[in-house]
Amino acid sequence: MSEHEYVPKSKVAKWFNDRLPLLTLGAHLTDYPTPKNLNYWWTFGGILTFCLITQIVTGIVLAMHYVAHADLAFASVEHIMRDVNYGWLIRYIHSNGASMFFLAVYIHIFRSLFYGSYKSPREVIWIIGLMIYLLMMAAAFMGYVLPWGQMSFWGATVITNLFSAIPLVGDSITTWLWGAYSVDNPTLNRFFSLHYLIPFLILGLVVLHIWALHVPGNNNPVGIDIKKPSKDTVPFHPYITIKDAFALLVFMIIFAGFVFFTPNVLGHSDNYIPANPLVTPAHIVPEWYLLPFYAILRSVPDKLGGVILMFSAIFILFVLPWLDTSKVRSAVFRPIYRQFFWILVIDVLMLGYVGAMPAEGIYLVLARVGTIYYFLHFIVVMPVVGYLEKTDPIPMSISEPVLTGGAEPSLARKVNDKV
Amino acid sequence: MSKEEKKVNRRDFLFTASYTVGAVGVGAVIWPMIDQMNPDKAQQALATTEVDISSIEPGKSITVLWRGKPVFLKRRTPAEIAEARAVKMDDLPDPQKDEDRVKEGKDEWLVMLGVCTHLGCVPLKDKGDFNGWFCPCHGSHYDVSGRIRKGPAPTNMEIPKFEFVDSNTIKIG
Repeated sequence: MSEHEYVPKSKVAKWFNDRLPLLTLGAHLTDYPTPKNLNYWWTFGGILTFCLITQIVTGIVLAMHYVAHADLAFASVEHIMRDVNYGWLIRYIHSNGASMFFLAVYIHIFRSLFYGSYKSPREVIWIIGLMIYLLMMAAAFMGYVLPWGQMSFWGATVITNLFSAIPLVGDSITTWLWGAYSVDNPTLNRFFSLHYLIPFLILGLVVLHIWALHVPGNNNPVGIDIKKPSKDTVPFHPYITIKDAFALLVFMIIFAGFVFFTPNVLGHSDNYIPANPLVTPAHIVPEWYLLPFYAILRSVPDKLGGVILMFSAIFILFVLPWLDTSKVRSAVFRPIYRQFFWILVIDVLMLGYVGAMPAEGIYLVLARVGTIYYFLHFIVVMPVVGYLEKTDPIPMSISEPVLTGGAEPSLARKVNDKV
Repeated sequence: MSKEEKKVNRRDFLFTASYTVGAVGVGAVIWPMIDQMNPDKAQQALATTEVDISSIEPGKSITVLWRGKPVFLKRRTPAEIAEARAVKMDDLPDPQKDEDRVKEGKDEWLVMLGVCTHLGCVPLKDKGDFNGWFCPCHGSHYDVSGRIRKGPAPTNMEIPKFEFVDSNTIKIG
């Protein structure tokens, strides 16, 4: 922030800013030099911030009417739907908001994968992002338990039982998580407490995520280092804010489409049956955003093996910056990796599809093929392709592809040093 | 070397002692925070359930709730007992004799936790490839003795601690 010698105009503002430099921070965020070629895939950071705030605001309101007790939770959710003024709207925004949040975060993650945003010097941004993603999954899972319907109860049973696969201490850990000898009222109580806590942890991590982003600055579609500020950058405000705002508006239209026209299409009708510890629904499925991992879990015919593989599928992403050996960030200039990227996208979508299907016959075969490719992609394809691939020539600057021969000598030298 | 050794002095002892006492103190505060999540006294108080079994006909079963979990009580027919005992140990992923899963002299009564040992769903009765139970969640098949035969579940369905209070009553827990 040292390059911003911001001095507030009014005396009062200066007095305050000398004591707490919030105005300097505001000026930094406004002037923040951003690559001028950011495309619409870069608008999902702003969209995700909107999602988080929406979930927190609607969640706080829902907590004013919800009762976290096994005997009352289901009825209190129906009370919200029928009696509370606009309760149906607030709950549908919250429940569909979770799905929209994940939709946006998956686009955000795949954008990062395509343009190499996880690579040096942005590894810490990537890792903080994955921690946010993990917390999102925990929050979403616990939130899904709160209505105390059949899917809530049995989803909670299956997921908490994953921990019973741990040798020796698994059963003690599961009992400890439950606070009972099965998923019961103590479980619901603590899930509510944690469900309320996690979004604020996420908020804290989002601040760190953005802070870490503002150290090297944004990656961009051509994936080269740029001089900041320069003719390759624009100030964040108004250029990026207006672009983000437009994308957010389109996103909100889709969001509203779900909330007002098909509010239950992403849920499961069994969750409108109150929880019954004696009957398991015939076909248990998690929410759509967890399906690829569920498919990986079920693709292994061994309990502990399945659990280990499922968690590995997430944790392998943490070492991604070191598995990718390519010096070129953007897949735009990586003809081979680009194809593997799209295979990975198809692979994850396929895993999501088979995760929703019964684990038998062709679906089991597809789940196994998909699981094997998923791990091969990160463990083999990324290091090997990065090493062998002949990449396309990289532009000297963002301006070069548009302005013919516009590369500045100073920029060219820099690019030759380091991509 | 002797100079290095000299560095271990009274102050280092004080540091080590302080850290140790501090760690014990932190542990003493953290443990209650962790242990409060274990089952409380109200949960433990539900640890036994008594069941009247006089109305169960041979071949039928009932399900009761014990500690929030379903318990299957099945009164097996002689044919079912014979079937369970004819199974070769080699065919079982988790070898266990049927005799070891029931009380001696009360062989017709199978009392077991109706919880799939995979991920905790309730298996459906009279389903699956082995004339016993079938778990709809991830496809585990159990035989008429509740032993795992096929699927991802690692072990047989658990037999809880139980006893016959009299000929018509079973106490579970």
